[in-house]
Amino acid sequence: MMGRYELLLALAAALFAMGLFGVMVRRNLLVVVMSVELMLNAVVLSFVAAADRTQTLDGAAMTFFIYVAATCEIAVAMALLVLLARRRGTLDLAAEQELKG
Amino acid sequence: MTDVFIVLFGLLALVFAGVVLAVRQPMRAALALVAHMTCLAAIYACLNVHVVALFQVLIYVGAVMVFMVYTIMLLDDRDVAYRRRFSATLAPGIVVALVVGGALLRLLGPDSPPYQAAQTPASFSFATFSTEFMARYWLHFELATVLLLVGIVAAWAVIREERR
Repeated sequence: MMGRYELLLALAAALFAMGLFGVMVRRNLLVVVMSVELMLNAVVLSFVAAADRTQTLDGAAMTFFIYVAATCEIAVAMALLVLLARRRGTLDLAAEQELKG
Repeated sequence: MTDVFIVLFGLLALVFAGVVLAVRQPMRAALALVAHMTCLAAIYACLNVHVVALFQVLIYVGAVMVFMVYTIMLLDDRDVAYRRRFSATLAPGIVVALVVGGALLRLLGPDSPPYQAAQTPASFSFATFSTEFMARYWLHFELATVLLLVGIVAAWAVIREERR
């Protein structure tokens, strides 16, 4: 029988894998950013699960800093997306060929 | 009873995450993501971590996702990226997601040792959390505000670049 902590961590693992899948396979940059948000949410869930298990402040406090990082990330990402969409006329990742290393 | 709700909202969160990955229109994906985040906030509320549930709704759903929806409205909905969903890396993507998900589940292990919870009562009420947070993490809090300022400056620099 799976306990609550294991259940939450399994859910977080599944959500993280789904986010990773979205980052790898979706063509639209906006949906790729949303998939990154899915992964961030999975990490937050794992921190909250740890906080619930240990009944300490640290896990919950860490989520606050994840939210701050996510907010910064989304502010810069959205500005970059609009800039790219105006320059290339599309959000298709295939249009960003020169980013190849 | 709480565990039933956690399982229910967990399943809903998984379904909405699947919808985010499956739908073609980014607006529908964004709304599915909002529903997904709300389900996670419900899980946090079930766990009595009300502070994080509040953060989730106010910051993620209220600010980040509304920002994303505004951005989608700024863009052209005849974009070719809206018609074709998946790139050529679909098969490797499925394999990598399965391997990473399986590895993370494997890390859990079938017999993780039982944890002895701290004897102190949970300190996740808003007032207790705020007091303890500012007592222990005030420097990190100040650094986080600097990070936010850097984010604002970076977004402003990108917008200036766009005007050139």
